[in-house]
Amino acid sequence: MKRLIGFFRELTLYRSAVLGILIIGGLIALALYAVIALPYNEAIRRWRGGEEIWGNYPRNALPQWVTIFTGNSLPMTIVLDSRKEGSVRKEAQVVSDDMSTADIIMPFEYTSDGFPSEINLFLTAKYVQKKPQATMFWKTPDGRQIPLGDTTVGAAERFAISIDQRLTSRLGGLSPEKGLFVDPATVSSGAKPVPLKGRYQLVIEGLTFEEDSTLEAKLVVYGQVYGLAGTDHRRRDITVALLWGTPIALAFGFLAAVGSTLTTFTIAAIGSWFGGWLDALIQRITEINSVLPILPILILIGTFYTRNIWVILGVVIALGIFSLSIKTYRSMFLQVKEMPYIEAAHAYGASNLRIVFQYMMPKIAPVLIPAFVTLIPAFVFLEASLSILGLGDPVLPTWGKVLNDAYTNGALYKGYYYWVIEPAVLLMLTGLGFATVGFALDRIFNPRLREL
Amino acid sequence: MATETLAKRQWALPRIGIRVPDTLARIVKYVLYRGVALFVTVVIGVYLTVLIANMGGYLDTIRISQIREQIGASILGDPALQTLSANELRANIDERVAIEMRRLNLDQPFFLRSINYLTDALTLNLGRAEFLSSNSGSRQVRLVLLERIPPTLLLSATANLSLFFTAIFAALFLSRRYGSFLDRLVIAMAPSSSVPAWFYGIFLILIFASVLHILPFGGMVDVPPPESMPQYVASLLKHMILPVGALIFHSIFVGIYNWRTFFLIYSSEDYVEMAKAKGLTSGAIERRYILRPTLPPIVTSFAFTLIYLWQGAIILETVFAWPGLGRLLYQAISSFDVPVIVGNVVLLAYLLVTSVFLLDIVYALLDPRVKVGGERRP
Repeated sequence: MKRLIGFFRELTLYRSAVLGILIIGGLIALALYAVIALPYNEAIRRWRGGEEIWGNYPRNALPQWVTIFTGNSLPMTIVLDSRKEGSVRKEAQVVSDDMSTADIIMPFEYTSDGFPSEINLFLTAKYVQKKPQATMFWKTPDGRQIPLGDTTVGAAERFAISIDQRLTSRLGGLSPEKGLFVDPATVSSGAKPVPLKGRYQLVIEGLTFEEDSTLEAKLVVYGQVYGLAGTDHRRRDITVALLWGTPIALAFGFLAAVGSTLTTFTIAAIGSWFGGWLDALIQRITEINSVLPILPILILIGTFYTRNIWVILGVVIALGIFSLSIKTYRSMFLQVKEMPYIEAAHAYGASNLRIVFQYMMPKIAPVLIPAFVTLIPAFVFLEASLSILGLGDPVLPTWGKVLNDAYTNGALYKGYYYWVIEPAVLLMLTGLGFATVGFALDRIFNPRLREL
Repeated sequence: MATETLAKRQWALPRIGIRVPDTLARIVKYVLYRGVALFVTVVIGVYLTVLIANMGGYLDTIRISQIREQIGASILGDPALQTLSANELRANIDERVAIEMRRLNLDQPFFLRSINYLTDALTLNLGRAEFLSSNSGSRQVRLVLLERIPPTLLLSATANLSLFFTAIFAALFLSRRYGSFLDRLVIAMAPSSSVPAWFYGIFLILIFASVLHILPFGGMVDVPPPESMPQYVASLLKHMILPVGALIFHSIFVGIYNWRTFFLIYSSEDYVEMAKAKGLTSGAIERRYILRPTLPPIVTSFAFTLIYLWQGAIILETVFAWPGLGRLLYQAISSFDVPVIVGNVVLLAYLLVTSVFLLDIVYALLDPRVKVGGERRP
């Protein structure tokens, strides 16, 4: 323990290592936060739940904090639901025995400098045979009234206002999410279209034809920003994937690094202690293993069998057992083997395994630490590499999968930079954090490097 | 990485080469030994690939469906058999498929079959692709694969060679200015290699293609390809800047760092002090007393860099849409073209081993222990 504290103190002498330790600490804290604040099942539900989870989120929205840099305010999503308490007014009047009006008035303030990204109206109705009818109007702050058309309402209808072609042509070619909000003065003067701020209203004049028939509406005016990390092409909140990617990446890297270094170390110890054909066999296997194309083999397994991250982890460890570091460890063990204390142990009759596990391995175990720390990011990136080839785990949200989504949806071409930069920065922090600490550890454990 | 360097340092100091008559024989013997060892490696690697690919019976299914398709076409097209009823035709097809399967040993136990696949794969007799085709329209996996080698080779050779020489000279320069600002900068930047090249590629695309619009997003030449040769080359170079830049940025700092550390270690040896005392020029000291003894271990480390680069190229090419083997593998995965996936892995194993073998020959020429037949490489 004292030795460990000593190492740690020595480590803090390297400024880059301190930075690395801070980064690693931050990542571990983030991972713990993710696991505690967003339990696994909840995270999976939010990432794979379907439209009812993320239906109200805008598509490909920027993170909210970008408004700090852009200066002008970008719109947030506005959701108005007639089934919930709020500003929505419902007015119903009985016209005749069966027929009654069911008007829904949805007022909202629009104060943003940018246009919304999309407008959807969801209508739901309760009826037995005769579907209710709805006529919709849009009222702008300057008193204009724009008809949005009429429709009969089934059990659940989606009225995608922003892709209504006829409305677009009525609005003079501007797509509805712009045309409904634009300040007419900017259009007539030919300037850059700017939204008109103020109180808008969506009025639905409904008619129901049965006694118990009802009409409900939900208006979603999708904004351009959402949450801490924005959303992806399926409207999912990227924050979930970024948060949960952290424990997964760290666990994958850590387990793969521990698994492969410890097995390698043990095998090197056994081989060099027993020597002879066993040692020769281990050496030959190592040579063969070093030339095996690991990534292609993982690709084959991912394509043909399973993309489960833990199976891939097992294969990674298995392929890493006979890694080249066996040769390094072996040359160290061969020196240890000749030391007097081993001879003494042999003389008083310690068993072979006792000598290997109790005397030889602890002697040079510290050299594992730098190797181990530098290996972690390599495995984290291996997972990301597989993900970017489309071979990521089918269930878990990982950083690599976010990158893959961004890549396959042309995020860089379309200018959704946040989508690429966020997972990329996290991956990079992981890589650099562990690598700087690893380099410093290397210098501590290899004294010949220290003065250089 | 850390421990690797330690191992290299523990190698005995090379004895300066004394020419003996059988130097050539020793080199040939060494190269042959390595050649056989590497061939065994390829065989094992390819056999592993075949096992993985065929564990679920994928290769078998493909072979059988290909046979069935061929035989079906030939029977349906045979005017002599037109008079048969549908059932008789089907029976006829089944019978011929059975014969063909026996001829191709598909009815034999798995072990024997896998040996067949192994020899097929080793001779690059890879069958027909299911979806992908070569530029000339051929479905032969071998042709699909072979035309992808030059782009991959162009990319990795350019990057690796420029990396190798830049790193050597920069390291020599820094080892003379040990402790300077530049030296410390390189040490500080060395951890940048923990991030793979494709990753820097994404950032480079973001900066130079998406934001600045001065370099292309990807691909190898403009579309359509320029007609005249100089324009073609110019377009090719323009497309190469970002991927090569990503590869170089990935390993340049750690490369310089490792080399410089070696040079510093070797330049503190007694015989270097001796050479200095003799009044040799610093150039001569560098060439004869520092570079020479450090070369063999660095060639080995270069071999391993190459292994990682061949594999790293898979993703890099995907990111840059570079039409090489790596991108082909990505396309084959996306369209689930099994023969191409297997063929690609086999070819990658071959390329990997070939490059290691070439470096082994270089190693044999450089390492005096091989030349004079001292102790074997540890």
